Amino acid sequence: MSLVSLKDVSVSLGAQRVLDHVDLSIEPGEIVTVVGPNGSGKSTLLRTIIGALKPRGGQVSRQSGLRIGYVPQRLHVDPTLPLTVHRFLGLPRRVSRAAAREALDRAGAGGLDGRQMAGLSGGQFQRVLLARALLEKPDLLILDEATQGLDQPGAASFYRQLEGVRAQMGCAVLMVSHDLHVVMSASDRVICLNGHVCCEGTPDVVASAPEYRALFGSGTQGALALYRHSHSHSHDSCGSHHASAAE
Amino acid sequence: MMLDDFLVRAVLAGLGVALAAGPLGCFVVWRRMAYFGDATAHAAILGVALSLALSTSIFAGVLVVSLLMAVTVSALSGRGYAMDTLLGVMSHSALAFGLVAVSFLSGVRVDLMAYLFGDILAVTRGDLAVIWGGAVLVLLLVGLRWSALLTSTLNPDLARASGVNPGREQTVLTVALAVTVAVAIKVVGVLLVAAMLIVPAATARPFSRTPEMMAAVAGGVGVVSVLGGLRAAFVLDTPAGPTIVCVAAVLFTAASTASMLLPSRS
Repeated sequence: MSLVSLKDVSVSLGAQRVLDHVDLSIEPGEIVTVVGPNGSGKSTLLRTIIGALKPRGGQVSRQSGLRIGYVPQRLHVDPTLPLTVHRFLGLPRRVSRAAAREALDRAGAGGLDGRQMAGLSGGQFQRVLLARALLEKPDLLILDEATQGLDQPGAASFYRQLEGVRAQMGCAVLMVSHDLHVVMSASDRVICLNGHVCCEGTPDVVASAPEYRALFGSGTQGALALYRHSHSHSHDSCGSHHASAAE
Repeated sequence: MMLDDFLVRAVLAGLGVALAAGPLGCFVVWRRMAYFGDATAHAAILGVALSLALSTSIFAGVLVVSLLMAVTVSALSGRGYAMDTLLGVMSHSALAFGLVAVSFLSGVRVDLMAYLFGDILAVTRGDLAVIWGGAVLVLLLVGLRWSALLTSTLNPDLARASGVNPGREQTVLTVALAVTVAVAIKVVGVLLVAAMLIVPAATARPFSRTPEMMAAVAGGVGVVSVLGGLRAAFVLDTPAGPTIVCVAAVLFTAASTASMLLPSRS
């Protein structure tokens, strides 16, 4: 049975219809990436799935007792709010020191336990957010542009960590991203969104779909090729990397 | 008996308000609701006028009008006006309408100053019961829902994903705020209620590593302000409510200066 399924879901923010007749389901254990241009409703889709937005039409059904670990796009910690990493991990349910340490290690943020949230670097902050999501023992991990603000090595290392976590915990992952080539490498399925689902399928299928090319232009074809080559550490692929980055 | 002494009653009334306002004030600061607290408090004078006109208890009148104000502001927020503009309009209109409404009340001679600046030395046993009842209610509300309140303060979507309803937590805070305003009127008055919420919390910030610590320190700062303020008012023969707020402000200044001079620990 699907963890989450959306049937013919439409969502409006104010007068504007952001999602239009979206059908989507997430199966246990799979990695699904949502790509789409700015304003295509990616964050709205995630917020609808966690229940923060009510659809105007259609149906959202979640498996009963579904546990969601959510990593928001941005988390602003007001400077007036003193918050240690440990205390943050225990929101809203307190966790033991040992459980907190284990989750931090798993997310690649070991040793940050006693630090103030406000004093963390961007990369550390995202890993602590991931650790908190893991403490929910999620069936479904949802990440909304979790690598925003990280440089490319930082983002790549974050995704490697994520793949490791998925392998250990077996949870499904639903993420939204702009880092097209890195994201696609890890995904079982890619959904291309622009208010509605343009196309959907394995990374290969989506990358060659005309709808996808129409949205992202032919330049991303190069970006995808770049990913494929990035596992073979040949000089050629380095060359194509620089070439496509310059496009 | 001890409660026969008006000073003892004043101290107890002040402590009740300080203990409730400290932790609640932390949320007001964290959520940047300072003006929201002001607006709710200023609306209270309208509540005073209404309860005098209808001969009901001041507490009930203030509670109802403060709640209405808080709910209206919550409902209107995000509908075209910036929050500070909206609160500026609502807060001062409520105060103005309240003052005008009081002037309509012929027959009763209303000591407006007592409501604007508080009259802690005139607290009766009945007032004490209301103040402590309200304070305990606020502490229970905030204490029982602490983690949920904290999570939705941090990020509403994060709360939602963890099964916490941020809208409900907002309501809890709104109710707690209205109750605090209603019980604090007698102690510090309409104009200075917000100070009891914000100043102790702001004073506690530099010395706190966790939200719980900040709430506890804020309560402590409130208690010290009440005791010190009443003592100073007695010695200097100054109005008690404003003197309490002055002591809190002095503590805030000392705390901020100390935190700037001492090396930061966090």
